[in-house]
Amino acid sequence: MTVQPRTALPQPEEIKAVPVRHPGRWVATGCVAVALAMFVNMLLTNPAFQWEFMVNNMFTPPVLTGVRTSLLLTVLAMVIGVGLGVVFAVMRLSPSPIVAGAAWAYTWFFRAVPRIVLAILFGNLGILYATFSVGFPFDQQLLGLLGFPDADARIFGVDARTIGAGFIAGLLALALSEAAYMAEIVRAGITSIDPGQTEAAQALGMSRLLTLRRIVLPQAMRVIVPPTGNETIAMLKDTALVAFVPVTNELFFQLQAIGNRTFQVFPMLVAACIWYLAMTSVLMVVQHFVERRFSRGVAGAGGAG
Amino acid sequence: MNDVPMVQAERVSKRFGHVEVLKGLDLEVARREVLCVIGPSGSGKSTFLRCVNHLEQIDSGRLWVDGELVGYRQKGDRIYELKESEIAAQRRDIGMVFQRFNLFPHMTATQNVMEAPCRVKGLSRRESERQAREQLERVGLAHKADNYPVQLSGGQQQRVAIARALAMEPKLMLFDEPTSALDPELVGEVLDVMKQLALDGMTMIVVTHEMGFAREVGDTLVFMDDGAVVESGPPTEVIAHPQHERTQSFLSKVL
Repeated sequence: MTVQPRTALPQPEEIKAVPVRHPGRWVATGCVAVALAMFVNMLLTNPAFQWEFMVNNMFTPPVLTGVRTSLLLTVLAMVIGVGLGVVFAVMRLSPSPIVAGAAWAYTWFFRAVPRIVLAILFGNLGILYATFSVGFPFDQQLLGLLGFPDADARIFGVDARTIGAGFIAGLLALALSEAAYMAEIVRAGITSIDPGQTEAAQALGMSRLLTLRRIVLPQAMRVIVPPTGNETIAMLKDTALVAFVPVTNELFFQLQAIGNRTFQVFPMLVAACIWYLAMTSVLMVVQHFVERRFSRGVAGAGGAG
Repeated sequence: MNDVPMVQAERVSKRFGHVEVLKGLDLEVARREVLCVIGPSGSGKSTFLRCVNHLEQIDSGRLWVDGELVGYRQKGDRIYELKESEIAAQRRDIGMVFQRFNLFPHMTATQNVMEAPCRVKGLSRRESERQAREQLERVGLAHKADNYPVQLSGGQQQRVAIARALAMEPKLMLFDEPTSALDPELVGEVLDVMKQLALDGMTMIVVTHEMGFAREVGDTLVFMDDGAVVESGPPTEVIAHPQHERTQSFLSKVL
């Protein structure tokens, strides 16, 4: 190799090249801008939107109650769904084939049946049982065998109509279906963790449950949180389905009711879009911060710098 | 001090499916002894180490640590499997250091070290944190106490892993190729920590390819091949005058 004598080199001047042109990009920008302008123009000039009517009606007390119900349903369904999902995920990883199989069957059923069908189904559970009671399994059969034909061993019971009546049925339909999806998400999270982590924890004398709670799940969270955020947003939208249970004090039902009553259906549908957009946007911001929290200790993530 | 050996293995066998990885292995480690295990890959040395703290279950033979059967209880002629909590209790006294460190990436160095003393031994947070910082100082990493594993070099991570094992005050330390995943210039700092540990009187089983370490620090060198001990003795002896032909051929490749 030859070595260039350094002193012979003058200070290199800055490169002033003619930049590459991107005509396609300019055309695309123009098309999108025109389409946007047309869309905004339609929003402002088409009389069917009835903006004033919409604004006047989208914050009435029944609608606000509906917002509260939808948010409450979302939160409760997700809490139950995530909790049960973790349980089913751990069951899926159990060495017992019955336990693992039961968790699989649960996931299979609740992922296969559409939520709208579940909502109507749960609204009609009263046909199956007149009362729901908690007690010992097979109590009537066993006591019958022992010579007490009409005895049972129930501890307490609830009239099926209490559960079937709206809110709880809707909540169960959403939460139980969510649990199936969450079980899959949590399982994917758990199996994504290097087995060396479990071994290191076990070598330190940590129990299986402690290992799961302190070592595996916190790391699995990084895999679990983003899809869970998506699930929460989807859940907020799916609360509209409980109108079929029927739950009447829910957001979409209320907006539609106003629309039907006043024969101004379209503005109220737009109002529904705006409400759901606003609420999911808030959730997306929350999701962003939660994701950042759980990526601690990962190269390139904000938490570790 | 009693004179029961720290580790005693009698005709230990282990199968994975149809593959017999350990074939009647006999071994004894005295208190305060540093035993180095060498051998070609697939010879079963790592598997044996994992059997000692019951990360793997042995299929036949007997394995004692400090006079207690590992993973089992014997009553008369019958052998009972230990409950999970009892196995965990046995592991508490045995420290293990892995080839790939296996630090908990979501915890700082200090949190890694204090986790087990705090959650398993039930020490208070303050006490376990104080001890954790002491252990980190012992391995020369006091200044990295609040860093996450990704922010540490391989050698530093492995030293944190050693501190984490030491924090449980084990009576026996197992090292599974602790320097094999390290860049060459980082090997020395880890070996230095291990050497100091040996000088402090810790009983150690070290699976390693570091012949220099084995010669300098080891009390006994064991050459394993095909699931059994082929040859063992004082490291200088075994290295300078290997008796067995397989030992000779292995040593000629690594020295």
